[in-house]
Amino acid sequence: MSDEPILKAEAVSKYFKVQGRTLRAVERVSFELGAGQTLGLVGESGSGKSTLGRVVLRLLEADEGKVVFQGQDLAKLSGRELRLRRRDMQIIFQDPLASLNPRMTVGAAIEDAMVVQKIGGSAAERRQRTRELLERVGLPVSAAEAYPFELSGGQQQRVGIARALSVGPKLVVCDEPISALDVSVQVQIIELLRELQKELGITYIFISHNLGVVQLLSDTVLVLYLGEVVERASAEGLFQRPAHPYTQALMRSVLKVPEAAEKRVPLVALPGEIPSPLSPPAGCPYHPRCPLAADRCRVEKPELRMVSDGHMAACHFAEEAAIGGVNGAAAFGASPELAASS
Amino acid sequence: MADELLCVEDLHTEFWRGDGTVYAVNGASFSVAPGETLGIVGESGSGKSVSVLSIVGLVRGNGQVTGGTAKFMGKDLLKLRRRQLEDIRGRDIGMIFQDPMSSLNPTMRIGDQIMEGMLSHQYTNRKGAFNRTLQLLDEVGIPEGRARFRSYPHEFSGGMRQRAMIAMAVACEPQLLIADEPTTALDVTVQTQILVLLQELQQKQRMSIVLITHDFGVATNVCDRIIVMYAGKVMESASVAEFIARPAHPYTIGLKRSVIEVGTQAHQLKAVPGVATTLMAPPHNCPFADRCQFVTDRCRAEVPELRPLSEGHYVACHRAEEVLAEAGATAVEGATADVR
Repeated sequence: MSDEPILKAEAVSKYFKVQGRTLRAVERVSFELGAGQTLGLVGESGSGKSTLGRVVLRLLEADEGKVVFQGQDLAKLSGRELRLRRRDMQIIFQDPLASLNPRMTVGAAIEDAMVVQKIGGSAAERRQRTRELLERVGLPVSAAEAYPFELSGGQQQRVGIARALSVGPKLVVCDEPISALDVSVQVQIIELLRELQKELGITYIFISHNLGVVQLLSDTVLVLYLGEVVERASAEGLFQRPAHPYTQALMRSVLKVPEAAEKRVPLVALPGEIPSPLSPPAGCPYHPRCPLAADRCRVEKPELRMVSDGHMAACHFAEEAAIGGVNGAAAFGASPELAASS
Repeated sequence: MADELLCVEDLHTEFWRGDGTVYAVNGASFSVAPGETLGIVGESGSGKSVSVLSIVGLVRGNGQVTGGTAKFMGKDLLKLRRRQLEDIRGRDIGMIFQDPMSSLNPTMRIGDQIMEGMLSHQYTNRKGAFNRTLQLLDEVGIPEGRARFRSYPHEFSGGMRQRAMIAMAVACEPQLLIADEPTTALDVTVQTQILVLLQELQQKQRMSIVLITHDFGVATNVCDRIIVMYAGKVMESASVAEFIARPAHPYTIGLKRSVIEVGTQAHQLKAVPGVATTLMAPPHNCPFADRCQFVTDRCRAEVPELRPLSEGHYVACHRAEEVLAEAGATAVEGATADVR
């Protein structure tokens, strides 16, 4: 990873005006991503992960900061230049049916992506490439004649992937691509995405609310809470030594199949819900839900800081939290007032 | 099985579509004991929701229950008149669904909606219903009950709506709560909150729960017994202990290997090939045969019936013994590999 990163975000912020107030959807997020790597974004609904994914592709304009893709500041591109650039940056959505034109056959939808980008050669060559893409993503060639609604959810997602691939992207943002799928199909899609990355060297930004899925696929993970990065680490580092109490709570929330029925432990819930981003709490945004919260957390916002080699967390007590670990008191319910309110 | 609260036998449900008949439930049998949590696990189209909707008379329009019995507190629900069933639904059997917004009336205040069920079932009078609503709001974790009583559903978050729906479902102290994917649309942190809430209410009211879910993690953590459905049939039924230790149906094993947990490594995952199909004819073979690595000619010719494998463990697979033996061998292999 000594190479120049393919993608760089520098203190990117995105605000929305809602009912005359400012909603800080993404605030000062920075990261670098090497070619062929996967960056995972994880957090609850409202954490800003999808907004960040769209800002990175300039599907939304950043209000502050900049996004540099292959050495080029995306904000400086004209509409025409940006359109050309889009062939290098694609996105796959959670609901593939909503992103496919219901009146276009699958084949036409995939060819259309190439037509828009003016690539793929003649019509016959594009049709040939479409057939190859369909086969590559595990669909029968006959699927080209089908309409999206005639396919299952997993097949629709494969079409979404084929269409994104048709223009030969370097970067693909995968926004909850498996959340709506059946479990057995989820694994099929994950395997497909991994194979494609290996074969084509694609860089992924993988967005999910499920920490297990994100860790499985990512090299680096950003944990987002109310639009801000609260922890950044390698997938392995995050799993072995989560340093932010929120990350630990997220980990515990992915229910594991117990090793044996006797080893079942009572479920303990993280109390409260993510606050409205229109009125974020003072101090640390996580303090109202955090069992480690002290007076300092209510007034002083923790900066993202290095807690161990390459591992950053925005928590005044990251060292203590890391010692407690996922199963420690730090993760849940140590404070009686919180336990009572859960 | 006289002491079961609910006993469903050989249930069949069909739907008519433009292109033919869909055989959604094909002879499903299961039972629920008092105070027990039964998990029904399966993928979309497995018939897990339809089975339960059939029992409570909510399959209508182009669908029809075509056979079977569903004994609940001594009565066959499938033989009751509509009015009799309406009496039971909402009073003795409460229900919650994945999308609370689709079951809440958007134009009615939350408190009035919770009261409505108690009043229409003559559970208590107006005053009693009002007081019980305040108590329920507190029990389900909606703070400031008096103020929230007057809120509309759109003013609630997804988690809060699900709590309100739970309050409605348990208001008349049902014997049985049917929870159809109650946490699927929620954030993982809120999911745990809702599951904990259901467990608390179950303890307090001593009700049975049928939890329909596609999530193995959820099922194995909260259920006493689990059945796995595929193509409208029960493929396996076992206590949660048996289920974790000795899953014997190839489909169950495949689903288990598809579970992604924190710390799952890519090489541990193994996809079940293919997708579940919709049955357009009654099954004449094992519906899982096309996706099964253990398939033999017999599986393609003969429907495997649900049969006992050991005490309380039932499986619908011709080769369950061999599957179990092989799964055991792989587990040992895996363990030694880990040691190395």
